[in-house]
Amino acid sequence: MYHVILGAGPAGVTAAETIRKHAPDAEITLIGGEGEPPYSRMAIPYLLEGKIGEDGTHLRQEDGHYETLGIAYRHGPVISVDTGARSVTCADGSTLGFDTLLIATGATPIRPPIEGLDSPGVHTCWTLEDARRITEHAQKGEPVVLVGAGFIGCIILESLAKMGVDLTVVERGDRMVPRMLDETAGNMLRHWCEGQDVRVITEAEVDAIRSGDRAALAVHLKDGQTLPAALVVIATGVRSNIGFLDGSGIETGAGVKVDPYHETNVPGIYAAGDVAEGINLSTGHNDMLAIQPVAVEHAYIAALNMCGIATEHRGSLNMNVLDTLGLISSSFGTWEGVEGGDRAVLTDEAAGRYIRLEFEGDRLIGAQTVGLTDHVGMLRGLIQTGLPLGAWKNKLIDSPTRIAEAYVAVMQQGPVSGYTGPKVALPA
Amino acid sequence: MQKALTIDPGKCTGCKQCEMACSYVNEGEFNVSKSRIRVFDFHEEARFVPYTCTQCDEAWCQQACPVNAITTNEMGVKVVHDNLCVGCKVCTIACPFGTVNYNASTGKVIKCDLCGGDPACAAACPTDAITFQDVEQGGFDKMRQWAARTTAGTEPSGPNAPA
Repeated sequence: MYHVILGAGPAGVTAAETIRKHAPDAEITLIGGEGEPPYSRMAIPYLLEGKIGEDGTHLRQEDGHYETLGIAYRHGPVISVDTGARSVTCADGSTLGFDTLLIATGATPIRPPIEGLDSPGVHTCWTLEDARRITEHAQKGEPVVLVGAGFIGCIILESLAKMGVDLTVVERGDRMVPRMLDETAGNMLRHWCEGQDVRVITEAEVDAIRSGDRAALAVHLKDGQTLPAALVVIATGVRSNIGFLDGSGIETGAGVKVDPYHETNVPGIYAAGDVAEGINLSTGHNDMLAIQPVAVEHAYIAALNMCGIATEHRGSLNMNVLDTLGLISSSFGTWEGVEGGDRAVLTDEAAGRYIRLEFEGDRLIGAQTVGLTDHVGMLRGLIQTGLPLGAWKNKLIDSPTRIAEAYVAVMQQGPVSGYTGPKVALPA
Repeated sequence: MQKALTIDPGKCTGCKQCEMACSYVNEGEFNVSKSRIRVFDFHEEARFVPYTCTQCDEAWCQQACPVNAITTNEMGVKVVHDNLCVGCKVCTIACPFGTVNYNASTGKVIKCDLCGGDPACAAACPTDAITFQDVEQGGFDKMRQWAARTTAGTEPSGPNAPA
């Protein structure tokens, strides 16, 4: 069997390794879209702040990792897929045939319709190349405008602030990370940032980026404000890389459509990661959950199916964790709650602490936290298992800090003999 | 033969010497908030439950790490490499057992690594509630079966276990 994998991010690399594990004799080619070793975009903020070098962003650290596994790694990108001839064409004109194909081409930053977006000094923060350019421009004390305070924006915020720039964040929504945290938590983040000399402007949109007098650039907001900037970083969301599939017959929506086996409408062609519309465990519907753990889950399931090991995906849990200048927040599942559900809330803004738990019946379905780092994964465990909380639901409503106790107590229910560790429902 | 921590909550008296020993051996200080093992105190039932990482076969934390900073050693133990960990904390939310924690003072995550093969918690436990045993004797298979059993009853144990 000849397996071809498009995209060398976490999904592509995990899929290649998984295929190798289950199909020792298969031929595997991994095609990257950038002229870099397979690396992790998630590590870029830490590269910017100098915590790691470029080597530290690489997905696998051992020399010759891919060669040792017999995975051919080559540079693409692939520009088209011929589902009839079962081949792909790369940008250099070369073609490759395949028996099975995995589309794991990830996503690309959205370029909002802003005048002057192509000016020098305006960058997205997505690739290693972007990181190199931002490092050049983000000099200590220089004014920098970050457009977008969503999840990715907030991660970049942290590294820009640590680089010592004079930072202003402009967000279209009414709060920071509006798709991850509620108003209380989002505003806690805002006040925390403001306390550390980061200006946060919400409900604001950029109209134009022009050359400035106080700095190289001037960012003009729609409300008339003008912000000087030596560097503008754009983080206004991403969209799936599916353009190259136009006309291929592979069905797409916001991303590539897949069935529970992560196979597309074309037999033998699969999709995984940020490019795929996989199942959201919370809703049961197909959805874009563009996070690292989900990319890896998708890839593993797709790879097993590509090897002929039929494996159905139950769904992935949406979750995020964010460190905003030392204030740590997380959210899981249906954090906004459901109608008719119950809620447990603890708010202590002065102490930088917030816990909101959402229940449906006596099961936990969503959670968000600020200032909680101990055993935070137990929230995933409780949501994903859907285990009934019984009496612990009311105990949590009375004191939401008792999450870990509730978890251990609930996991210990059931037949006990010998080992009494946790029982957790895990996705396939 | 692989060895594993075996925990018998029925023998635990809640003395928390395991937490002290873990913190001292791994952090050089008696700070139980940095212990990799925790004893949960269910005082309404007069019951104590020591709790730590079970070293999953195919570990969620390891799969979720974006920079390969968690690897499996020859004893099957999932080990965090501080030189590679960037402190992104994705493993802390990915581990559904909640046994990877962020340590703000180092900017890295911490988890049980069985102290390199001589776990201080087991050595410190005065009642054998925590023992370090050969996996066959420790009911390890039973533990795996348990991990596999779920509300739906069909899911495998681990992010990467095939159906």
